[in-house]
Amino acid sequence: MTPDQPKYKTTDEVDFVVIGSGAAGGIIAKELSENGYRVVVLEQGPYLTEKDFIHDEIKVLNQDLLTNHPDLQPNTFRKTPDEKARRQRAVAYGRLVGGTSTHFTANFWRFHEIDFHERSKVGDVPGAALADWPITYTDLEPYYTKVEWEIGVSGLANASPFDPPRSKPYPMPPLPVKSGGVIFERAARKLGWNPFPAPMAILSQPRPGRSACINCGFCLGFACEVGAKSSSLATAIRMAEKTGRCEIRPNSYVHRIELDANGRATGAVYFDEKRNAQRQKAKAVVVCANGAETPRLLLLSANNQFPDGLANSSGMVGKHLMFNSGALSVGVFEHPLNDYKGFAVSRILHDFYELDPDKVGFHGGGGLDARFDQTPINFALGGLPPGTPRWGKGFKDALSHNFTRTVEIFCHGTSLPVENNSFSLDPDVKDAWGLPALRMTYKDHPDDVKLGNWLNLRAAELLQAAGAEKQWSYPAGEQEFSVHLLGTCRMGKDRKTSVINSDHQTHDVKNLFLCDGSSLVTSGRGQPTMTIEALAFRAGDRIRALAKRGDLSA
Amino acid sequence: MLAAATHAHQAAQSASPAKFEFFSAEQAAEVDAVSARILPTTDTPGAREAGVVFFIDRALVTFAKDNQKVYSEGLPALHARVRELFPTIDKFSAATPEQQDQILESLDEESSGGGRRPFRPGRGEQSFFETLRVHIVMGFLIDPESDKRGNRGGAGWMVIGREKEHMFQPPFGYYDKDYPGWQPNPGTADKTKS
Repeated sequence: MTPDQPKYKTTDEVDFVVIGSGAAGGIIAKELSENGYRVVVLEQGPYLTEKDFIHDEIKVLNQDLLTNHPDLQPNTFRKTPDEKARRQRAVAYGRLVGGTSTHFTANFWRFHEIDFHERSKVGDVPGAALADWPITYTDLEPYYTKVEWEIGVSGLANASPFDPPRSKPYPMPPLPVKSGGVIFERAARKLGWNPFPAPMAILSQPRPGRSACINCGFCLGFACEVGAKSSSLATAIRMAEKTGRCEIRPNSYVHRIELDANGRATGAVYFDEKRNAQRQKAKAVVVCANGAETPRLLLLSANNQFPDGLANSSGMVGKHLMFNSGALSVGVFEHPLNDYKGFAVSRILHDFYELDPDKVGFHGGGGLDARFDQTPINFALGGLPPGTPRWGKGFKDALSHNFTRTVEIFCHGTSLPVENNSFSLDPDVKDAWGLPALRMTYKDHPDDVKLGNWLNLRAAELLQAAGAEKQWSYPAGEQEFSVHLLGTCRMGKDRKTSVINSDHQTHDVKNLFLCDGSSLVTSGRGQPTMTIEALAFRAGDRIRALAKRGDLSA
Repeated sequence: MLAAATHAHQAAQSASPAKFEFFSAEQAAEVDAVSARILPTTDTPGAREAGVVFFIDRALVTFAKDNQKVYSEGLPALHARVRELFPTIDKFSAATPEQQDQILESLDEESSGGGRRPFRPGRGEQSFFETLRVHIVMGFLIDPESDKRGNRGGAGWMVIGREKEHMFQPPFGYYDKDYPGWQPNPGTADKTKS
């Protein structure tokens, strides 16, 4: 924590309270504080820093050092609204200053033009509520560029023939290629596809106060001990702190946004570290709590004016939840790849980004990447080929042979928005603070599963072309757990079918803004964080413009 | 490799703390004997050389406290199974390796291995055998620099081929060492800028 932070009183009406300090919250806090506004960021998790970021798999993964804890904040899950939800972990997100951006894979694809106007292009998809965005790729392009330069993304511009137009190259070259990436590149070219260096929010060159990636090998699920991963913690939060106008207040679990008699948000009520309720006053509120916690907070904030949840006159808060479909094929090669070294992904391809529904028989598209994101314990318990002995000499021999020789081809694809897929408040289960637990209702649209399996056949073809000595595939199934939490307060022009307008302002409450995965109208083809961050830069501009015009009062 | 294994074994013995925090000496010997069948000592170190029993002992008074009952009930059940299958043998550690494998096979309820990778392994209700198996794997492969007394001397990482450093430089492996550098995809050469 930098010494420049102000300490605001809760009774001091600051300009903005930002709820959540992750991919979106960090950038919005930076943009607003750099432009003269007084900002308090309320983050439910602790303020950890590089010295806390260890490689102990048990503490970090099993004990949720960085993530929401299922005992303190239980989830419930059901497939359809007529079922009773059972207690089951449904989401994992970063619960610390910097949010999920601290421990993600850092794949930083831009969305393509199609993702913003797919409904117009392909028409209605039965069983889905596909909609166009109220903004286009062109509107967002300058902000994608801002993310790449200000937050730090490595990559090679226009290396993929399918890349959308860009105004500037990347600020730094791609990360080094891994053996898995070389195998992927050669095999993909053999098949006539167009592999390219993965754009990653990980530094290939140092920046002030941050090291270039040291290839430690504990990346997905872990936070970076040298600041090479471009998390909000390593970037935007520190820039916001430098302004001297932004206070980051950790261990602050917001559970209610209050309105005055004029229907104007007056601030946020939260539990502090000792679980005492506090009330931070603010002229405007920006919720960036992620695609699960943002709708949950609005539902928790129901009042006389909004009995079904704050800013929920549309009834759409929490609806249209999207994940990104996924499937996986795994290959084992003759010689050691040592892909445990380094970050997860060095090569990807987008040849299947826009599939023709008339040809393939389903809607959507996706990308493939070559990755190894398994740490030693995880690998031993779940990374060996089906049928491998689970103990004894055969188990040990398989570990010795496979750990250094395995690469995974991961398929990322579309999730269609389905109205029933949602977050809501569980009527029975409570969290450790006595608040209703997050309930997930989710059943993949059949096209999502078909797409995952179609992409997985391409992944298997690729491994075959690469000459894997052994390969197997995990089929796409109906998902019950996700880390991509998208679409639950979606953006739109029509206040009856969306929650926020293109300025991220709720249709119902003028000085209440939402910006995070919940704002997305479509899921893209995977890797949503880049788009969330571009939206956050843009939202910062829009909110400032409205504040300047005095449009935030009721 | 064998020299390394011998060295690791000696190091393990000399560094062995005299006292266990959860297990009795008898229980520790049983757990140690099971661990040596799950990850046996071959031409490379096994669970025994990696000090896995010490990891589990500490685990049961720290992060795996909730599993104490699984062990306090599981160890007598293991004893009973030994007597049932081999009436002349009094304890697991006294059985031959072949007999030990038979006993473990009778306790292993899972049919086959290689399931889908868990993002967060080891949650949920599990049998004694499975709890023990997972703990042995954890104790073998945990970051040796952690505070958990596992993977002593980095023995487990050596077995799977993970170098013990936490900082690497390319080339990383066999297939990237002769990589000629990026060649543009057809039709993109003129557009590619760094």
